[in-house]
Amino acid sequence: MSALQTLEKPRADRPPPHGPAAGEGPGRGPGDGAPALQPARVATWLLVGVVTILFASFSSTYLARRTLADWRPVAMPPILWVNTAMLLASSAALEVARRAAPRGRKAAARRATAVAALLGAGFLVGQVMAWRALVAAGVYLATSPHSDFFYLLTGAHGLHLAGGLVALGYAWWRAGRVAVPTTAQAATLTTVAVYWHFVDVLWLYLLVILFWT
Amino acid sequence: MSTSHAAATTEHVEHELGFFRKYIFSLDHKIIGIQYLLTSMVMALIGGVLAMLIRLQLGFPGWRWPELQALMPGGFQNGVLKPDFYLALVTMHGTIMIFFVLTTALSGGFGNFLIPLQIGARDMAFPFMNALSYWLYPPAVVLLLAAFVVTGGAPSSGWTAYPPLSAVAQAAPGSGLGQTLWLLSLVVLILAFLFGGLNYITTVLQLRARGMSMLRLPLTIWAMFITALLMLLSFPVLTAAVIMLLFDRLAGTSFFVPEVVVGGQLLSHTGGNPILWQHLFWFLGHPEVYVLILPPMGMVSDILAANSRKPIFGYPFMVGSMAAIGILSFLVWGHHMYTSGMHPLVGMAFMTTTLAIAVPSAVKTFNWLATLWRARIRFTPAMLFAIGFVSLFVTGGLTGVFLAQPPVDIQMHDTYFVVAHFHFVMASAAMFGVFAGVYHWFPKMFGRMLNERLGRLHFWLTFIGIYATFFPMHFLGFAGVTRRYYAYQLFERLRDVQPLNTAISIAAFGLGLAQLLFIANFVYSLFWGPRAERNPWRATTLEWQAPSPPPHGNWGAVEPEVHRWAYDYSVPGAPEDFIPQTTPAAAVAAPAHGHGGHA
Ligand code: HEM
Ligand SMILES: [Cu+2]
Repeated sequence: MSALQTLEKPRADRPPPHGPAAGEGPGRGPGDGAPALQPARVATWLLVGVVTILFASFSSTYLARRTLADWRPVAMPPILWVNTAMLLASSAALEVARRAAPRGRKAAARRATAVAALLGAGFLVGQVMAWRALVAAGVYLATSPHSDFFYLLTGAHGLHLAGGLVALGYAWWRAGRVAVPTTAQAATLTTVAVYWHFVDVLWLYLLVILFWT
Repeated sequence: MSTSHAAATTEHVEHELGFFRKYIFSLDHKIIGIQYLLTSMVMALIGGVLAMLIRLQLGFPGWRWPELQALMPGGFQNGVLKPDFYLALVTMHGTIMIFFVLTTALSGGFGNFLIPLQIGARDMAFPFMNALSYWLYPPAVVLLLAAFVVTGGAPSSGWTAYPPLSAVAQAAPGSGLGQTLWLLSLVVLILAFLFGGLNYITTVLQLRARGMSMLRLPLTIWAMFITALLMLLSFPVLTAAVIMLLFDRLAGTSFFVPEVVVGGQLLSHTGGNPILWQHLFWFLGHPEVYVLILPPMGMVSDILAANSRKPIFGYPFMVGSMAAIGILSFLVWGHHMYTSGMHPLVGMAFMTTTLAIAVPSAVKTFNWLATLWRARIRFTPAMLFAIGFVSLFVTGGLTGVFLAQPPVDIQMHDTYFVVAHFHFVMASAAMFGVFAGVYHWFPKMFGRMLNERLGRLHFWLTFIGIYATFFPMHFLGFAGVTRRYYAYQLFERLRDVQPLNTAISIAAFGLGLAQLLFIANFVYSLFWGPRAERNPWRATTLEWQAPSPPPHGNWGAVEPEVHRWAYDYSVPGAPEDFIPQTTPAAAVAAPAHGHGGHA
């Protein structure tokens, strides 16, 4: 009789159609538990992919452009090193927050999140100062191909970092809400951290290619 | 946990919204899908009118149209269509049709409408982001169309916007503000696509109903899923390119612009490379053409199965070939640049990857034909358009195989042979996908049936019109007629093609007029068509288990549970020739006890 039931190819590893894990994916039918991964986490990883491609496009153009005849490297402002240190410290602070949150040390987690955000904001201020240093040296956006890319890459990165700051602010605000369960707060923090660490690593990559002229 | 979840959703379902929140600023994926579809139809009308104007010039060069001049004073002089307006028409027609009609209708329209319904979810993972995605589309349209009315008019650089024509404001009349608006409009629309893509992928991964494993997804969903991945991976590249081009235009940088002399004057740009733009553009551009063809491939598969009353042939191969096409589509962009001075070895590499795409494409075609083989076919309008899709895809795909080979392409590049190729695959095949989708899912969208006789008439006129319009373009290409020429008859060697061009234009006008049948049918049926039942096509997929049209939240209090794949048509021994995905095995296994085939 069972041959009559479906034309679907039988699969050895197919789970039986009843029970909570009926689909290969988490599913969300009646009786299913919460999905294994928050949709926000999935979307954040996808966003990381999108931004990676964006910067891969910028930097592949950069690498092609710097082989052309008119390439003249611009001296990089030294403040970039300070900024980099601040950004790394910011990521470290966020990790502290992420460790504290699931252990119920809410206040500590919230404080560390604030420190991470402040260091991130400090990085942005530092980047603007780097721009001003270049302008003072007479290097403008359209001065040379290298300066074109310097302003473009730091500007685009700064915008993405500013978006990350908004997300950090949200995590900080949420950490202060008593109504939100600790696990949810920790999950939010981790989602934000995925993006924040990514923007951090992205900066290290940009730093390398900008200096390596 | 589960009870509170159920209670929350019931409340969600019964919550009544005002007209404005329900139909205008709606967060409901179905309304958003329909909004995308209807806006795309308006854009198709605009793009179609532009095409008719193009054909007017090519079929009847030098003729005077004072009436049209009265309508569009900027575009005509002494009643004759002006050359710069002609180039603006070509640019805007291509841009509108590719980005603002096909992408938005297929991914935005059908993607939004079908994904939650076919996977058994109540909505997208991020409804607000979804609404935002749609509401970026009208502003993009406004920015784009504004290019027509600013000084200099719309851009002349084609949908590919090659610099320096697109980079230097002095290059052509439309290279000024018009081109800037074009670029800004594209950035806004890309943002809309990215929001949509993020949503689709997350939704398919996270919100599938219980029992809906990935390998039970209807092929439509697989197609939308892979398409969304392609969009996420390719559109950021265009974003980067557009941003750099905007810098070149507005801030004097030299990413893409070399030293250029315009009107005897050397511009301030130095050392940029326009070929870099081509690489970035086509790294997007080729995946983009598959963004337009994969959704129809999925939809057509489901429509063919439902109307052949047979399971789709080779389901795992259909999934695998779509994935292969998706991956390969990122490795072939160089086939658009064989004439750019590319090293022959690089050209050969791109030829190899391009020819490789023909393999999964052929797998799909054979599987469609095998599905039709010895079937009791029901020739609904949707089915006719689906079969038409297969025919047009084969015709267009075959010329692609010619063009993939540098020795042929160096001759054919930028001729009407290429125009014929991509009009068969995009303007025809992808458009047939849209039509098939509308005829098939209209009852679910609006709860009314379209008129079938009008639909069949529309099909035959369109099918014949398409072959009559686009097939002769292959011969124009052989004769050496170059695309985007305003006045090919200025060349001695091209004078003989005039009658052929006139014939093509007449066919194109007929094809355009035939679309009025579709619009009339659509509008009439929307208000006065017979009421649709829940499952008018007796199909298996989940959306046909919901009321027509489905309510907010789609499923009432209980979400569906899936027990089988999407292609149980004509199961031997079953009481009916289809078994919905929600039917448990036991209900079919015991027909002797008088159980119905479906719930
Ligand atoms: C078997 C599959 C295909 C192959 C081998 C193929 C190959 C090619 C080649 C080599 C070109 C470059 C011609 C030239 O500019 O000289 C081309 C152009 C083009 N193809 Fe295809 N193609 C295929 C399928 C498709 C599909 C499915 C679509 C869209 C749905 C498509 C859309 C286009 C477009 C839009 C262009 C022209 C772009 C432009 O220059 O404006 N192709 N194709
Ligand atoms: Cu291509």
